[in-house]
Amino acid sequence: MSRIAFRDVTKRFGDVVAVRDFNLEIEDQEFLVLLGPSGCGKSTALRLVAGLEEPTSGEIMFGDVAVTDVEAKNRDIAMVFQSYALYPHMTVRRNIEFPLRTRKIPRAERVRLVAEAARWLGLEELLERRPSELSGGQRQRVALGRAIVRRPQAFLMDEPLSNLDAKLRVKTRAELVELHRQLSRTFVYVTHDQVEAMTMADRIAIMNEGALQQIGPPQQVYERPANTFVAQFIGSPPMNVVRATVAHGGDGLVANVPGGTIPLPPAAAAAAAAMNLDGLLVGVRPEHLLLDGGPVKATVRLVESLGHERHVICDLSPEEFAIVRLPADVPPPAKGETVGLTATAEHVHLFDPNTTLRID
Amino acid sequence: MDDMSATEVTIALPKPAGRWRARPRLKEAAFALVLLGPSMALFSTFAFYPLVKTFYLGFFRSDPFGLSSNYVGFDQYLDVLQSNEFHRSLITTGLFALFTVPTGLVLGLGLALLAHQKLRGMVVYRTIFSSTVATSVAVASVMWLTLLNPSLGVINYGLEESGFEAVNWLGDPDWALPAVSLTTIWLNLGFTFIVILAGLQTIPEELHESAKIDGAGAVSRLFNVTLPMLSPTLLFAVVVLTINAFQSFGQIDILTQGGPLDRTNVLVYSIYTEGFRNFNEGVAAAQGVALFLIVLVLTLIQFRFLERRVFYGN
Ligand SMILES: Nc1ncnc2c1ncn2[C@@H]1O[C@H](COP(=O)(O)OP(=O)(O)O)[C@@H](O)[C@H]1O
Ligand SMILES: [Mg+2]
Repeated sequence: MSRIAFRDVTKRFGDVVAVRDFNLEIEDQEFLVLLGPSGCGKSTALRLVAGLEEPTSGEIMFGDVAVTDVEAKNRDIAMVFQSYALYPHMTVRRNIEFPLRTRKIPRAERVRLVAEAARWLGLEELLERRPSELSGGQRQRVALGRAIVRRPQAFLMDEPLSNLDAKLRVKTRAELVELHRQLSRTFVYVTHDQVEAMTMADRIAIMNEGALQQIGPPQQVYERPANTFVAQFIGSPPMNVVRATVAHGGDGLVANVPGGTIPLPPAAAAAAAAMNLDGLLVGVRPEHLLLDGGPVKATVRLVESLGHERHVICDLSPEEFAIVRLPADVPPPAKGETVGLTATAEHVHLFDPNTTLRID
Repeated sequence: MDDMSATEVTIALPKPAGRWRARPRLKEAAFALVLLGPSMALFSTFAFYPLVKTFYLGFFRSDPFGLSSNYVGFDQYLDVLQSNEFHRSLITTGLFALFTVPTGLVLGLGLALLAHQKLRGMVVYRTIFSSTVATSVAVASVMWLTLLNPSLGVINYGLEESGFEAVNWLGDPDWALPAVSLTTIWLNLGFTFIVILAGLQTIPEELHESAKIDGAGAVSRLFNVTLPMLSPTLLFAVVVLTINAFQSFGQIDILTQGGPLDRTNVLVYSIYTEGFRNFNEGVAAAQGVALFLIVLVLTLIQFRFLERRVFYGN
């Protein structure tokens, strides 16, 4: 089938614009993750690909063919629903077999394919049970089994791990990546969990309020967020973004932030200066802020310990604060202590305060 | 009577754990009695007492004038159960159920499937389809009496216009039961429709969507998703419609009075004729007990399937 593409797709429900002017190309055999907060239109985008929703305007393309008028059953895709949507009156075997039955696959072939899918997913023992007799994790596997049994061109998954406990989620994440490698098919995977996105995706497409914010490989999205939304959505804790003004410092341009000054990456700073902006948004990730008595003065409000690391929340001014991520083996400052923070220029991100877009 | 309920209630409560709990327990029991009292009184007056009394009446044979009666034990029950009249009336009732239940169910299902579509203005159709639940048996019967009238009725007019012969619906022994069944189907349609529509609305939309993606067309989804998921609801409707059929009286009384040639003399109508026309209280009572047992069995079946509904839940 090669690529799946959104061409200027908009989907409205009454006054709600669930998907807005969407343009996106999903490569053949790619693992693409649609990431965004709840209600941003991820499921709607996925359902548009599945053929469960029709675009209000624009086209969904499979290869060079517009599939807008092609029914879901003829799109050669499979979908795993968040609720799994297993047929409660059918056994596991019948559930997995169902896509084969509807396509009139001969019985012997059906038996072979179901056995194969069951073996892959470790469901052999459960084939004669009904969904109500399975655990959440087992149901999730049956849903996967029903999806893979027919080997469609693309797999669509809508938050398939969100109903699993944390441990099982980590395990299944790895298994899905492996499944993707073995099947060599396109995966379009929806989640609101950035960790899932970062760990599984070939590329992440980040959405907010129906609109595509950025698309790129996980590392790129992390290192060069296209706007403040992406900057703060990817990464945990989120990137510190504060208002600043540009000034001439010792060696080149610096930013005056509440509490002190920080150096700026020269090229981006020059670009920002050329734009004649009234102020700037300056972003530094918590892991790139150093508590080394540097030039930015702040007061420690709170230290949160997560075991393997600590988050130090510092007040820069009555309105602005920054979070510093400290390794567990670094002794943390005391609450109320005044500390000095440093950021190195290479780790400082600049954004236009009017558009929130990245400045390079 | 009151004393009896009082003992029943106290027995039903767990034994007080210690002396100090006795007073609150007693208070609770008294409160329970106050709550249960009205319904106990109603049930006793209108259900338990008549039931026992009916069973008792079946032991007495009335003389032809309905004046004196003698105790005959189970003889009269045996006579009734073996009599031709009873068998014929049972067969008529069975036929009546056969004519009304499957057709009514299929029509109700069809309307419910139509009304379940997400289309503009569907609320209007839902209201229309449900409206027969708000129609009394008497009103419906009179309406159909007019529609079925051999010379003035719309139905015969329609038949003649399209080249068929007029039918004497309620007077022709071959057509009377189908005509009464038609009325009954119409009368039950609102109920069937509402129950099935409610059943349809409990089926998660994602099952349909999943089936679409799995390659199922509309017909396949109907048979593989909708009907299996609806089966507890359909069984419920079948049992209730069957019980209704066995209990029908009003439309028969208004449309045919059991005639012609007893062709619409269903069980309840036969009980009525024996008891209130022929003053054969004992015979009517024995038939009543038979009807009670039939409906009891149907009700037990219904309870079983209502329990099975739970099975589909997670
Ligand atoms: N069938 C629908 N009818 C009306 N509004 C809908 C429908 N489906 C989704 N929406 C709205 O569209 C927006 C996006 O929803 P959705 O795609 O489910 O978001 P996500 O999956 O990212 O949480 C939400 O505001 C939601 O309320
Ligand atoms: Mg969603």
